[in-house]
Amino acid sequence: MNIKPVEIKTDDYSIWYEPESSTAFFQGFLRLDGMAEYQPIMNLLVSAIEESDSFNVNLKDLEFLNSSGISMLSMFVVRVRERGNIQLVLQGSEKVLWQTKSLKNLQRLMPSLTLEFSS
Amino acid sequence: MVQTNDIHTFGDFLAAVPASEEYLTLNFSPALALRKQRWRNYGLSADFLGDYFAAFFPGETLPNSKIDRRNTVKATVSYIANELIENAVKYSDEAFPLPISITLFLYESKIIFQITNYSNLPGGENYQAFVQAILNSDPSELYLQQLEKTAMGAGGSSMGLLTMINDYSAQFGWQFQASHHNPEVVQVTVMVHLEV
Repeated sequence: MNIKPVEIKTDDYSIWYEPESSTAFFQGFLRLDGMAEYQPIMNLLVSAIEESDSFNVNLKDLEFLNSSGISMLSMFVVRVRERGNIQLVLQGSEKVLWQTKSLKNLQRLMPSLTLEFSS
Repeated sequence: MVQTNDIHTFGDFLAAVPASEEYLTLNFSPALALRKQRWRNYGLSADFLGDYFAAFFPGETLPNSKIDRRNTVKATVSYIANELIENAVKYSDEAFPLPISITLFLYESKIIFQITNYSNLPGGENYQAFVQAILNSDPSELYLQQLEKTAMGAGGSSMGLLTMINDYSAQFGWQFQASHHNPEVVQVTVMVHLEV
């Protein structure tokens, strides 16, 4: 089966899914106007986990995420938690401040969530 | 809480900000009708404030961090300014075309943010109720509760304030002041103290 990667791309940010590695990649500056504006990204993530038992979200090159975006990630984490059978890994960078500040809170929603930080 | 007839003050709100040699003010038209088109500009303004104030700090390494002091100031100011501007825009009332104003004051190891917008009365009352909830609870517990609520689709936009308080150790003060000109309007001023 050949599944094409799904992609959302603007001048400010790109998000795409690579089925081979079960990884969603985020890049750029993401500060949309409220949760409703994040729905297409949420849809991309939710459809990507449908067939998976493990899933990675690579945020290393996401330089900025506003609080609505953090809310969107928390919503996704709870969706994964409700599925109950997915190993979720969030990949962050020690060089991006918001990731060092805020990602750990998502683990409080789902203790089995793995956080991987690289420099 | 300090309360007179038409001024309500909460948290670390200073009636007069200490004198500072370096400060910068940006004024925005609330432009709610154009909010969608302008949204990207708010982020650019926040990044500009981050770059501007980071330039006053040297790039020395910080303990337990891979991000140097200048870049830490830049990212923190940019995050906080963006959240404050987003909130001020969201809670401005388009019936009252009064400007949003944000000023950053620089001190030796501290930045004070002050942002003012004009809200309608129900908006101001809801905000005051949330401020009281913040002041009467353990911020870390409230954060988790609110994150869980938001994740279930019912949290509203309160995560901005809670991330600034919890993740960036920002100290907040608020002032709600009835307008002398229009009884339907409340002037909301938010003050954020950030150690840098």
